[in-house]
Amino acid sequence: MAQTSPQQLAPPRSRAARRGSSRRVLGLAPGWWFTAPALAIVTLFFLVPALASFVLSVTDFDIYALADLRNLRFVGLDNFRRILVGEQSELFWTALGNTCFFVFVGGPLSVAVSLGFALLLEAKLTRYKGALRVVFFAPVVTTLVAVSITWRYLYDVRGGLMNHALESFGIEPVNWLGDPHWAMPAIILMAVWKNFGYNMVILLAGMQSIPDELYEAASLDGAGSWRRFWHVTLPALGPTFAFVGVTTMIGYFQLFAEPYVMTRGGPENSTYSLVLLMYEEGFRWWRLGAASAVAVVLFAITLVAAFGQLALQRRAAA
Amino acid sequence: MNRIVRALVHNGLLWGLALVVLTPLAWTVKASFLPAGSAMTIAAPADEAPRDAVGFTLDNYRQLFSRLNLGRYFANSVLVSTAITAISLALNSMAGYAFAKLRFRGRDGLFKCLLAALVVPLQAAMLPLFLMLKQLGVINTYWAVIIPSMATIYGIFLVRQYALSIPDSLLDAARVDGAGEGRIFWTVVLPLLKPVLATLGVFTFLAAWNDFMWPLVVLTGNDAQTLPVALAILSGEHVQDVELMMAGSVVTVLPALFLFAILQRQLIGGIMMGSVKG
Repeated sequence: MAQTSPQQLAPPRSRAARRGSSRRVLGLAPGWWFTAPALAIVTLFFLVPALASFVLSVTDFDIYALADLRNLRFVGLDNFRRILVGEQSELFWTALGNTCFFVFVGGPLSVAVSLGFALLLEAKLTRYKGALRVVFFAPVVTTLVAVSITWRYLYDVRGGLMNHALESFGIEPVNWLGDPHWAMPAIILMAVWKNFGYNMVILLAGMQSIPDELYEAASLDGAGSWRRFWHVTLPALGPTFAFVGVTTMIGYFQLFAEPYVMTRGGPENSTYSLVLLMYEEGFRWWRLGAASAVAVVLFAITLVAAFGQLALQRRAAA
Repeated sequence: MNRIVRALVHNGLLWGLALVVLTPLAWTVKASFLPAGSAMTIAAPADEAPRDAVGFTLDNYRQLFSRLNLGRYFANSVLVSTAITAISLALNSMAGYAFAKLRFRGRDGLFKCLLAALVVPLQAAMLPLFLMLKQLGVINTYWAVIIPSMATIYGIFLVRQYALSIPDSLLDAARVDGAGEGRIFWTVVLPLLKPVLATLGVFTFLAAWNDFMWPLVVLTGNDAQTLPVALAILSGEHVQDVELMMAGSVVTVLPALFLFAILQRQLIGGIMMGSVKG
């Protein structure tokens, strides 16, 4: 620009520059126009339906209502009665128990494995850290359906790689997906393999943000590597653990594709999950009212569990 | 000397673990090239004579694309994932930027509400959403998968965190020069957001590519099905065809792994950034 315009001489916080708040279009600040499309999508196709599931859960919405809305009736809490104490209760409590087993055994196990791998990678002795990180992260980006199919074959009782490996240690073959006692542990093992890389990366970021001085001070005080881990690394990772714990738990409550592909909820319903129940009720039998009751319960449990874990961690940190 | 031994053991352990982690993927690839009926005997008990254990064939892949029409599903997946990525990048980046840098009434309250909504499980919205999209007449079309993913709270959040670091003076200078808000966004803000858009882009594409439950719900007909849905259905019908299914898995997983391989820095860096700041 060759000449200086009067505008350029104006102080930076001139009225025109007040962060775009002055140029309204149709009476709305630019900020509204920028956020409106995204907010409309999120509200219309996520928040409203999520709230609507509460409404749906007190109706008898089924295949007849799907055909003609005049068949829809208000049934109060009858759907909840059905799943909690009524006809559907056995399957519901089984599904809830299985899901909780997956969340509260599989979740901590997966975080522990992530922590172990992060510690190994972060050690000073490690060479080719970047390459190893990529390898350990690779299962995270794979397609859950595809690897579930692979693992179904790995778990094959006769020709599967898993039993082949056990056999080389002299261990009897296990009927992984055919035995009600082993099916859920088998799914947990696969889930840990698939997911640990994600939390590993987050924990690595947390570890790298711990200042070196803390470790040096601990070393000067004569702390060995174990005590440095216990008294420096773990406490400093507190907020990271809270984040990892809550996101992992919420994610694990949504168990669906693994049992859908590998076991269809069997054997003897031992891998039947809450979301699988919701899917089958809603989209197989078209009982959308009853399925919504399951969705509401899932929603409530997720909330309670997430806030419960945050509160626990806050107390532990205090 | 002691230190060298420890380094060897340590790194040996790590690479041993890496090998274990990669085994399921390697086995998938290997089985996909084996003749029908021979993959499982490789791992059979040692006293059992292996049948045609060795052999290399592209037959499984040929069958997938000729007889089972996998090319169609592949194209569907590419189309849906690309559309979701393009649209959501546009909408999320506009909103994220506005939440970080533009003043408007109710902004901070609105943003807090959005963050709180992050704990709502996606499944809770699925049943009413299905009915809504049925009313719109888009069930069994690409739109049924695309529409709900056109903007995400997480995406808005990620862009906002990054956009906070854009200096106000830069934006003000552009305003003083008389640029409109739209032009400022296009010429000043977007170039600065490139790193976070790359991260969010890989993230979104992978999530869309791998997504299963929602496409399974809304794509019941054959024509618009994405790869994971088609694969899950095929795997129910072809339980015995191990090699064929493994070829299908390779076709599904490979694009995701390929994308990860070229953009792993952006992806892993983005996760690290999002978690430390958040």
